[in-house]
Amino acid sequence: MNEQPSRKEREAALEGIGTSRKRVEDPRFTQGKGNYVDDIKLPDMVHGDFVRSPYAHARIKKINKDAALAVPGVLAVLTADDLKPFNLHYMPTLAGDVQAVLADEKVLYQMQEVAFVVATDRYAAADGVEAVEVEYDELEPVIDPFKAMDKDAPILREDIKDAKEVGGHGPRKHPNHIWTWEAGDQKATDKAFKDADVTVKEMVSYQRCHASPMETACCVASFDKINGALTVWGTFQAPHVVRTVAALISPLPEHKIRIISPDIGGGFGNKVGVYPGYIMAIAATVVLGIPVKWVEDRIENLSATAFARDYHMAGELSATKDGKITGLRCYTLADHGAFDACVSASKFPAGLFMICTNSYDIPNAFVSVDGVYTNKTPGGVAYRCSLRVTEAIYMVERMVDILAQKLGMDPAELRMKNLIKPDQFPYTTTFGLQYDSGDYPAAFKKAMKSVGYDALRKEQAKKLEDFKAGKSRSLMGIGVCTFTEIVGAGPSRVCDIVGLVGTFDSCEVRVHPTGVAIARFGTKSQGQAHETTYAQILSTEMGIPAADIEIEEGDTDTAPYGLGTWGSRSTPVGGAACANAARKVRAKAQKIAAHVMEVSEKDLEWDIDTFRVKGAPDKAMTMKEVALAAYSNVPEGLELGLEAVEYYDPPNFTFPYGAYICVVDIDADTGETAIRSFYALDDCGTRINPMIIEGQVHGGLTEAFAIAMGQIIDYDEAGNVIGASFLDYFIPTAVETPIWTTDHTVTPCPHHPIGAKGVGESPNVGGVPAFSNAVNDAFAALGGVHTQMPHTAPRVWEHAKELGLVA
Amino acid sequence: MAKTKVSLTVNGNEVEAEVDSRTLLIHLLREHLNITGPHIGCDTSHCGACTVDLNGKSVKSCTVLAVQAQDGQVLTVEGMANADGTLHPLQQAFMDNHGLQCGFCTPGMLIRAQRLLQENPNPTEDEIRAGISGNLCRCTGYQNIVKAISAAAQQMNMKEAAE
Repeated sequence: MNEQPSRKEREAALEGIGTSRKRVEDPRFTQGKGNYVDDIKLPDMVHGDFVRSPYAHARIKKINKDAALAVPGVLAVLTADDLKPFNLHYMPTLAGDVQAVLADEKVLYQMQEVAFVVATDRYAAADGVEAVEVEYDELEPVIDPFKAMDKDAPILREDIKDAKEVGGHGPRKHPNHIWTWEAGDQKATDKAFKDADVTVKEMVSYQRCHASPMETACCVASFDKINGALTVWGTFQAPHVVRTVAALISPLPEHKIRIISPDIGGGFGNKVGVYPGYIMAIAATVVLGIPVKWVEDRIENLSATAFARDYHMAGELSATKDGKITGLRCYTLADHGAFDACVSASKFPAGLFMICTNSYDIPNAFVSVDGVYTNKTPGGVAYRCSLRVTEAIYMVERMVDILAQKLGMDPAELRMKNLIKPDQFPYTTTFGLQYDSGDYPAAFKKAMKSVGYDALRKEQAKKLEDFKAGKSRSLMGIGVCTFTEIVGAGPSRVCDIVGLVGTFDSCEVRVHPTGVAIARFGTKSQGQAHETTYAQILSTEMGIPAADIEIEEGDTDTAPYGLGTWGSRSTPVGGAACANAARKVRAKAQKIAAHVMEVSEKDLEWDIDTFRVKGAPDKAMTMKEVALAAYSNVPEGLELGLEAVEYYDPPNFTFPYGAYICVVDIDADTGETAIRSFYALDDCGTRINPMIIEGQVHGGLTEAFAIAMGQIIDYDEAGNVIGASFLDYFIPTAVETPIWTTDHTVTPCPHHPIGAKGVGESPNVGGVPAFSNAVNDAFAALGGVHTQMPHTAPRVWEHAKELGLVA
Repeated sequence: MAKTKVSLTVNGNEVEAEVDSRTLLIHLLREHLNITGPHIGCDTSHCGACTVDLNGKSVKSCTVLAVQAQDGQVLTVEGMANADGTLHPLQQAFMDNHGLQCGFCTPGMLIRAQRLLQENPNPTEDEIRAGISGNLCRCTGYQNIVKAISAAAQQMNMKEAAE
C-alpha cells in the first residue's frame, strides 16, 4: 500500500501563499529564451524610424521627402499631411487632451516626431531619416513653467487656443494653462494656519526625471488586409486599454484588433501610455500591408517618451508649539510639457495627490494644482508609484522635517506625535480617503530600534562637534520617512480610464480534467513575476500545486479584459480577482464532491487540497479527483466543467505603509555623499512570496536612490534637452548602489480577499524622501533648511558653500 | 551597399553571414543569426545588455562591428549551458538567489559574470560589484545578483576542488 503524503508534504507541494517559491519565469530568461518585442521577426517585416525636431518651438515651413525616398531600401516617408485625411495626426491622451502623432505645422518640443520613415531594415530607415529635409522657423520657447502663464508668453497650443477646458477639468486661465485642481477645505485650513503657534513654508521641487526601463518602447504591427485584422505586439503595461483606444480612433472594430504584450523588459510607468511610434507602426502596416517594427533607441526613450514628476510644490504646515500638526496647505505648479499626456484616472488630473496628509492625523488640509504647457516632452507618468503619490509624500516628508527643525524637535519625535493611532482605523482623512488598516507607531518603533536611532543621533552630534571644531570635514545625516501609500486603483465609482472603463481587473481559471489548470489575467507583468505569484494564490485557494497551474497574461484575444499593471494594482486588484475566481471554482468543486461522495455539501470540510467528510476523515476527495468528476459526474442542475471568471471592482484602495531610515556621510569639501546604511520596513499586508517582495523592495529603493541622488531630465533656455543618454542620465551601477536592509510587519488589508496590499512601489515612495531628508538633515544644524534634488556632488557642495561651510 | 562575408564561431557553431561593413555585431547576432539572448538597451555602450564574450573578453556587441569578429569565438547566454542541457552554475545561482526580475539585462549580466569568474575565481563582494559595473539593471538593485555570482563562484570552486 502506498504511503499517503503527510499534511506537511502536501502543503509543501502546493507552494502557496507565504512561500518563497522560485520564479517560473527564470529558466527562459537565464537561457536567452525570453520573448521581448524586438525579438519578434515576421516574414516581410520592415522598420520604421522617426525624423525628430531639433527645436523646442518652431513652425514647420516645408518637408522635402525626395532625397529620403531615393535612399536604397526606403519605402515610405509619412508626415502629418499624410495622416490628416484619416484624422490620425492627433491621438487622444489618457488625460483627455490630444497629442500630435506627427507634428502638425508646428513643433512643440525638441525630439518631437516630425516624419516617419519606413525602410527594409533599421539601417536603411536611419539613412532615410538623415535624408529628410525639414525647414523650420524658430519660435520663442516657454521653458520655465513659472513663466508659462505670463501675459506675454507665447501661445504654445494653437490647436486648442480657444478651448474653454482640457479633459473636462474646468476653465483655463491662460492659453498655456491646462487645468486647476483643488481638494480640501480651504477656509478651515486657512483658519488653522491663522490660529497656529508655528507655521513653515518651503518650495519643494520634484525634478523632471524618467523611468527608463532597460527595454525601450517598441512594437510590431501587422495588418491582415484580407481579414481586416490588426495584430500589435508591443511594450504595453495595459494591453486592453491600448486595444480600446485603437478601436476608438481607427475604423477597425475592437474584435479585429489583437494587442499582445509579450515579455516586457521593465516598465515602471513608462509603458502605460500610447506613443506616436505605436500609431505610426499601425498606420504604416495598414498602408503597406506588411508588418512594421518600430524600436526607439535610448536617447529617444529618455527625450521623447513620457517623463515623470516635474511638480513644484509650495508646501506649508501649521502646528502647535508642542508639535501637533494642525494644517497642511500646498500650491503646486505642474509642468506637463507640450501635451497633457499625464497618466491619471479621468476625475483626478493630479492623480491621488490627496494622499499628502500621509500617515499623520492632520485635521485640516487644502491643496491646489495648476497644470501648464511648456515646450518640453509630454508625459507625467507615475515612475514606480501610484499617480502623483511620490510627489505628495516627498513634499509632506520634507515639510515635516522642516517643521521639526523650526520647533527644535527631533524629526522622529515629531512624526511619532502625529502618526495615526491603531485605534483610529479605519481612518478617514480630511480629504475623505478611508485608510484600511495599520499600526504606524509599531512599525516606526521597530524601525528606530533596529537601526539604533538614539545612538545614531548621538554619533551625529559628536561628528557635528568635530566639524565645528575643525577636526573633521565630514557631516552625517539621518533621513527618516514614515509613509502611507495609496494603491490598487481602484474603485470604479471613483476611478476610470479615458472616462470609459472602470479600473477593475479580472481572472479566468480553468481546471482541466487531470487536475491541472490554466489561469488568465487582465494585468501584465513587466518583471514582477505574476506567473509565479498568481499561481501561489490559486494554489492556496484551490488546493492545486502552483507548479500545476499555468498563468497567462498580455494577449487581448485570450485574456479577460483588465486595466493592466501599474500603480501597484496587480496584487490589490488582479490578486483579488484571482482569489475570488479560485473560490468560485472551489465552491463548485464542493458541490461535485458532495454529489460523488453522496453526502450533503455542508458535511464537507476543506483540508488544504481535499474535501473531507466531517467525522469520517478517511472519506475524502482531493481537488484532483473532483476535477475529473467535474467533466463526467456532476449533480443535476449543475453544468459540466470546472472554471470561473471574476471581474473584481475593489471596494476601496489599499494603503501599504512603511518606515524607512537612511544614514549618509557627506564630505563637505567635495559634496560627495556615501549612503552608509538604509533600513526599510514595509507593511504590505499578507505576503504572497517573501523572496519576490524583498526583490521588489531592493529594486524600488535603488530607483529611489537614483532619483534622489542623480536623475534629472533638464532643459537649457533654448529648450535643448540635457542629459538624455546613459552617459549623463544617472542609472546606478552595482558600485554606487547601497546595500539594503529590509524588514516588515504584517497588517492584513480587511477588504482584500487574502489581505494583500501591494508592495512594488512603496520603496520608491518612501525611499526618495528618506534619502533627501538624510542629505538635508546633515546640514540642518548648520542653518540648512532645504536643498533641491537631485543631490549630486556639485549641488551638495553648492549648498555647503551657501551655508558658508566651504571656502 | 557592398556586402562583406564574415565567418566566426558562435556558441561552438561555425557560422557565416553577408553583412554591410557597418553592421554591428549585436545586429549580426540578433538579426542575421537569430540569437536574441543579447539585448539592446542603450546603443551607446553604457548598459551592457548586449554583452557577449568575444575571444575570451567581455565586449559590448553594440560597439563592435560584425567584421571585427571575423574568425572570432563568440559566446552568448545561449551557449552557457552544458552540452547535456544542465545549466551553468551561474544560471542556476541566478534562479536560486532571485538574481533577475524583468530578465532584460540578464543575458548580458550572466555572460559578463562567467568571464569575471574566469578572471577572478574568488572575488570579494566589492570585486563582483566592480566587475559587473558595466552592466546596468533597473529591477534588482544588484544585491541578489551579487549574491548569485558569489554563490556560483563558491559552487564552482567546490566542484573544482572535488575533481
